[in-house]
Amino acid sequence: MNVTIVDYKSGNISSVINSFEEVAKDKVNIEVTSDLNKIKSSDKVVLPGQGSFKSCVEALNNINGLKDILNEFAITNKKPLLGICVGLQMFADIGYEETETKGLGWIAGKVSKIDNQNGKFKLPHIGWNQINIVKDSKIFKDIKENSHMYFVHSYEFIPEDKNVISATTDYSSNIVCSVEKENIFGTQFHPEKSDKMGLKIIDNFINL
Amino acid sequence: MLKNRIIPCLDVKNGRVVKGINFVDLKDAGDPVEQAKIYSDGGADEICFLDITASNENRDTIYDVVEKTSKKCFVPLTVGGGVRSVDDINKLLSCGADKVSINTAAVENSKVVVDSSKKFGSQCIVVAIDAKKNEDKWEVFTHGGRNNSGIDALEYAEQMEKNGAGELLVTSMDRDGTQVGYDIDLMSKISSKVNIPVIASGGVGNLDHMVDGIKLGKASAVLAASIFHYGKYSVKEAKDYLDSKGIPVRI
Repeated sequence: MNVTIVDYKSGNISSVINSFEEVAKDKVNIEVTSDLNKIKSSDKVVLPGQGSFKSCVEALNNINGLKDILNEFAITNKKPLLGICVGLQMFADIGYEETETKGLGWIAGKVSKIDNQNGKFKLPHIGWNQINIVKDSKIFKDIKENSHMYFVHSYEFIPEDKNVISATTDYSSNIVCSVEKENIFGTQFHPEKSDKMGLKIIDNFINL
Repeated sequence: MLKNRIIPCLDVKNGRVVKGINFVDLKDAGDPVEQAKIYSDGGADEICFLDITASNENRDTIYDVVEKTSKKCFVPLTVGGGVRSVDDINKLLSCGADKVSINTAAVENSKVVVDSSKKFGSQCIVVAIDAKKNEDKWEVFTHGGRNNSGIDALEYAEQMEKNGAGELLVTSMDRDGTQVGYDIDLMSKISSKVNIPVIASGGVGNLDHMVDGIKLGKASAVLAASIFHYGKYSVKEAKDYLDSKGIPVRI
């Protein structure tokens, strides 16, 4: 099996690579590339994302044909894809970080700044927070309710259809921290930095 | 609920762990990769490497340490010390660091913080502030605590938030290495001034100091070196103690 981590020059992905290699060992081939043919032919795709919504979307658009290939992979061919942090946020129709920017439009909704209640909550939301699992998700196999995950973000994904939400976390309000829509998975937290529980989520995705 | 973080810090020199008292009198005590692994297995919420003498010595050894550690530890790894430019930050991130802390360079050239937070995102840019009390204010020191910039630490903290820092690592120069507790006044003043998380550093000698740093100093995270490194307390003991005092921690 081939799992491709999309390298589209959107910040630091070395931790994502390290964690997938740790979990995959020799059983699964982990490819890190922006090569369209390799992405197309892989079994699973990981879409990481760091920095702003705008900078990530721009980085995706800068690689000719990448958006189309991802659309074909996830929407037409319905192969498993995992978005991490801004990778998840880009599933939305639109994001409001820096300026209004169009997302991939895979899951209807928007990405807006977390309401910090006039400074009561510090932003970014940095650190370990517990997840409330609100629906069974294939990537949560053997993940306990209230498990701690590592977060770093100031913006949250607000999907229109609440049925796609698989977990939330409590910070200022109930923030969507995991989604599952058919073959499309996303986590707002960083499984690659969330110790054993995070590696288990990666393992679940690899073993889908 | 968001948990308060406990961050063991390893001072690294030439690829080896040391911890100084007031930045001098260094002792050699171990391999940083193994130490970091012990900490992450023991429940450390993050690991911090500080390449202490990097400003004036060959620092290529740190890249190797970061690369090896990031393949073994799956909690966030912050690296600081001698970070001068966007290129330095890029190199550390490529080696597997999740965040980079910037100290002297942020004082000398604010563009480094502005440019790097734009390029890599605020989430990986930590501005380290070494502050020392001078009468009724605190002044920012650079070059591992050797030079006084004369800049007011509170105003500086606010400016760094504007420049794009994602977190502030605030070290009290007066307290560092003394084990008499964090400078609570400094921590709470800075934490109230900014809306980004503050990591308290410098002076922790027992677990009540950590409680105070969070409760009174309003720090989101507490950083400690000696008390963990010389085995006075384990990370787990620290967390259990904080938990018993009603502080939310990841257990």
